[in-house]
This record gives sequence, structure tokens and C-alpha cells, in this order.
Amino acid sequence: MKIHEFQAKQVLQKAGVAVLANRVATSPEEAAAAFRDLGGSIAVVKAQIHAGGRGKGTIADDPAQHGVQLVKSAEEAAEVAGRLLQKTLVTIQTGPEGKVVNQVLVEAGCEIARELYLGIVLDRAEAMPVLMVSSEGGVEIEKVAAETPEKIFKEHFHPAIGLQSYQARKLCAKLGITGKSVRSADAFMRGLCRVFVDYDCSMAEINPMVVTKGGELVALDAKISFDDNALFRHKDIEAFRDLTEEEPSEVRAGEAGLSYVKLDGNIGCLVNGAGLAMSTMDIIKLHGGEPANFLDVGGGANAQQVTEAFRIILSDDHVKAVLVNIFGGIMRCTTIAQALVEAYKTVGFNIPLVVRLEGTEVAEGKKIIAESDVDIITADDLTDAAQKVVASIQSN
Amino acid sequence: MSILINKDTRVICQGITGKAGEFHSKNCLEYGTKMVGGVTPGKGGETVLGLPVYDTVADAVEQTGANATMIFVPAPFTADAILEAIDAGIEVVVAITEGVPVLDMVHVYEVARRSNVTLIGPNCPGLITSDECKIGIMPGYIHKKGSVGVMSRSGTLTYEAVWQTSNLGLGQTTCVGLGGDPIVGTSFIDLFKLYEADPETEAILMMGEIGGTAEEEAAAYVKEHVTKPVAAFIAGRTAPPGKRMGHAGAIISGGKGTAEEKIAALESAGIAVAQSPADMGTAVQRAIASKRS
Repeated sequence: MKIHEFQAKQVLQKAGVAVLANRVATSPEEAAAAFRDLGGSIAVVKAQIHAGGRGKGTIADDPAQHGVQLVKSAEEAAEVAGRLLQKTLVTIQTGPEGKVVNQVLVEAGCEIARELYLGIVLDRAEAMPVLMVSSEGGVEIEKVAAETPEKIFKEHFHPAIGLQSYQARKLCAKLGITGKSVRSADAFMRGLCRVFVDYDCSMAEINPMVVTKGGELVALDAKISFDDNALFRHKDIEAFRDLTEEEPSEVRAGEAGLSYVKLDGNIGCLVNGAGLAMSTMDIIKLHGGEPANFLDVGGGANAQQVTEAFRIILSDDHVKAVLVNIFGGIMRCTTIAQALVEAYKTVGFNIPLVVRLEGTEVAEGKKIIAESDVDIITADDLTDAAQKVVASIQSN
Repeated sequence: MSILINKDTRVICQGITGKAGEFHSKNCLEYGTKMVGGVTPGKGGETVLGLPVYDTVADAVEQTGANATMIFVPAPFTADAILEAIDAGIEVVVAITEGVPVLDMVHVYEVARRSNVTLIGPNCPGLITSDECKIGIMPGYIHKKGSVGVMSRSGTLTYEAVWQTSNLGLGQTTCVGLGGDPIVGTSFIDLFKLYEADPETEAILMMGEIGGTAEEEAAAYVKEHVTKPVAAFIAGRTAPPGKRMGHAGAIISGGKGTAEEKIAALESAGIAVAQSPADMGTAVQRAIASKRS
């Protein structure tokens, strides 16, 4: 689960990781009040959306307005907030459709001496969290990793004991952080590692982390995402969830216990199991088609879930045909066949539906479909199914 | 011969009094698995499917001589259940449960690595030695005794591969679902070692998926250490970067772990890569034929 920058900064602040004074605003008046409240001569107004690249991103019908802007008065803060709030911000990460800005963060300025990068992820190969730092702050870390990997330094840490001070000092030496800033860096790095463990984060990224002219380390930006599987023990984090930032059909699927990801093609897929669902997308593409989605109904889906799955697939106007691929294990083919026939009638199909069934009770399942009065194209194996669904679109 | 489990393996189920635990224990019994008991804290002394239920894994091991366990406890308690099984000296621990927090697995993995246990999963369909022992949720009847060692990070995709090898008359020795999570107990390399040493396994089929670098590491291992024919398939060629495809592991970030990178690594190790998921069985035949020539 992703959260907004202002929420991430609340988490950091609570854990004692240094952030700048800030206020959230949902109207120009609030933004002006926030500027006065902060009391400085400058502030930064930042659009809050779940995507990176906001500084370079622009408002859809106001291309002169970027997602992050320095302001020098309360009036200017209000004006910028007015040009951002309820507008659509398009960045390199949002796709061309962009995302609506529902709140802005008004943050105090600071005098920057250096910009650094700091991030924590799980290193799957080592089965340990790893803290990564780089002297190249404010740049996308993927770009640094690809072009100048020697500028990234790493320290693994055990979740039970956290990052040790000597590890922080090692990283400081690599980054050229010296003098009294080392102490500030030690507190910052160890604090962030503690946040990662205490809240079951899947990623925590501070880019840039700045060294101020006063020698202190401060998080200028903050991006944190969480392990969905661990949200049961973090109700406070779950409350941060912003459904307006998520694809509505994916939210709907999640509520029905389905795993759904919307894609750009026109062949809807309904499959059991994530690996088989990915493979089904692959084979559609291999035979010249384009999958419209990834949809895993899971191991034990019932008729209601299958019906809901069809509704979600068909709610996408681009879908011109649907391929159902089920390898029955726990899920019996008879269950899925009955659900298919029922769903076909309740949902109201007017595009081709190709079904490939295999596994537990397959013969009985095929019989149910054959004896029903629904117009389903049956397929014998994976290749046959993919070819038939691609052909059904071409002939339409 | 086979790997890890056979007709003599004595299996318990942790969480046997739950709906899924009981249902799958029943299916395993019907397949012929030597189920010897179950464990549910607080329900010791009860009987399920004619099997004795114990309060602790230690009790179950002492009373039944169990050396393998199948875990169906809910995700928040799975790490604890795995650690209990390892502590009780169980040799093969199979965690079926989906949704285990990944930081829980950091701890579990470390303990597992220090002991002699083989941990399969979590978030996996389990493993099966054809006609001898099934520990997991896979449909038993698609498996046929034969010569191919099958391993995968996915469930139903494994069924597909097993089905294809059965239909081609190749059959399987032992088929293992490693699990789809970012941290799982057993890697492809661990199993390559076992399959290479198993005299009945004549060829090996691995199914990987996008995300991580497990397939690349496996390819490097095969190049150096595996003499048997190897075939592979990588799922997720068409998945867009940064999106999570059901399995938490199946997410590509920063251009790492793409299907193309993995396929290139596998092919350079002399592995026969199936281009289509419909050709996994024939890729095994191709691998066998090219080793013979």
C-alpha cells in the first residue's frame, strides 16, 4: 500500500526522523494560513499524489504550473495552491491520464548544502532489508544504478537489531559526511531503518535527503510503501489508505477477493492462479492478441466471485472478447462451469467468450457448458484457446 | 527414488482442525500419503479424520515419529508455526499459507538456514512424489510416475506443466511448488542439487516468473553443476513494469528481473526455454534430445 508524502512525513516525525515544519492544505485559504503559520520568508507548495516526478510534472490544462513550487508570500502560496488543487497533475509516473490533486503540502524552506539519496528495500537474494545511500540525491536511483553503480553504497541490517552505528558511520565515510553531521546522519539512518521494520514497510525512500548549511540531515521528500500482508497489525497505517489514488476496478476486485490489474489490450482474461494468469497473458500476446487485464480468481472461487470477475472485466470498454482459462485443482471444473453459465446469463454477454477447462471434474464441467444454451466457444488446450480468442476478435 | 519425500514419509498437518487443513489432509490421505496426526494448540486429544490431534508439534513428533508437516494456520501465525516445526526437528516443513508478512519470513529464513530443515513455501501448493506422497493442495490425479523433476514458483502453472509431461508419457519424480513470495525457504538451486543427485530424475523442468534474480542465479548454477537435461519457462513476459501480478514476488522494479533477462540467462546456460506455456512438456523433450545428440 502506498501513502502520500505528508502522511509519510508524519510517520517519520513520530519516529524522530528529521523533517521540515509543514502543514497540509486543501484550499488556497488554508495554504495562505499555513505559510503565515510556518513564519518563514519562503515555503514550498507540493502537490500530493501517489506518484513521483511531481517537480517536473505539469497541470494538464495549465502547462506552466509544475507540481512543486517555491513561494515567497502567503498570497503566492494561495495562488499556487489554487492552480494545483482539484486539477490533474501529469508526471512521468502517472501516465497521460494524470492524477487529481486533492491536497497540497506547504513546507518551510531550508538552506541546502548537499542533496543525497537514501532508500530501504528488501534484498530478496540476501533475505534481509538493505539500506542504500548515494551521493546523487534528487536523481532517480534506477538511473544512478544503471549509469554509475559505484556511487551507491549498501548496508544490510537485521530487523531484530536494526542498523548499527558503525554501519551509519561507514556510509557517512563513503558519502563524505564529516564532523558533527555524522551524529545527525547516524540518528537519521537508524531512525529510518527502525521505521522500515516497525511499520512493515516494503520500501522507504528519502530522495533527496539534504544536509543543511547548519550540518543537519533532513528528509526533503519521503516515499513509503507498506507490505499489504502486514497491514493487519498496523491499523494506523491502514487508515492512511487513499482509495481515490487507486484504479477503481482494482479496488472493486480487491473487495471481491480477486487479484486484478488493468492493462491496455482488448482481450479480457479470467484465470485461476497468478502464474497461470501471467502465462495466459503471455500466450495471448504470442498469438497476436493484447491482454486487457490480469485476473486471478484464486484457488477456491465461487459463483458470486466469478460473476463479479466478469462484471469487472466487462466494465472495461476496450474488452472485445474474453478468455477463461481454468486448471482445476481445489477448484472443481463443475463449479466453474456452473458459475460461467450463471454469470453469462446474469451479466449479459454480447462479445465472444472462449473457455478452456482442465483438471478436477473436467468432463462433467464441459458437459454442463455443452448442455446449457449459452454461446461459449470451447477450447481444448492453451494454444487452441489463445488462437480462438484472437480469431474471434479479428472476425468481429 | 525421488527427492525430499516418499512413501515412508510420516506427515502431520498443523491447523488440521481448520476447514482447509482438514479438507486437504483428507485429500492427501486419499492419495496415499502416510498422514500420522495433526496439531492445533488447545485441541490436543481430539481426533480428525481418524488422526490424533496434539497441542504441540513436539508432542506429535514424540508420539507419531512425524518427519514432515503441512502448515495451514492463518498468515499472522504462520511464522510461529514454522519455527515450532523446525524446533521440534521436523525435516520437511511445507507452508501452504498465503499472505505471510515478509519481515516475518526474514526471521524464519535465518533460523531455517541454520538448521537442517527443508522449508517449502510459504504461499505454495506444496510438493508431491508421484504415486507415493502428496503434501499440499495440488490435484493428485494429474501426476504420473516418471522421470522429470518439476519445480515452480506458481501453483496452477505447475499443474499445467505436470499435465503436459504426463500426457507426453514423461511423468514426474517429485514436483515442488516453491511459493510465490519474495522470501521462500527453498530456492531453485537447492532443488537442482537434489534432482542432480537423484538417480530416477532424468530431466528437470523449472518454471520461473518475473521479479527478483532467482532464475538468473539458477541459470549460473546449472551451467557449472548440472549434467542432466534442463528445460524452463518464464511467466510474465507481457506484464507491465512496477505492477504487482498476484504474487508479491512478481513485480519488476528498476528494469531488473524482466522476462527477457531471465530467458537470456537460461538459454546461455544451455537450458531449453519454452516460448509458449503450451510447450513446457515439449521443451523437456527437446532438452533430452539435445543432451543425447
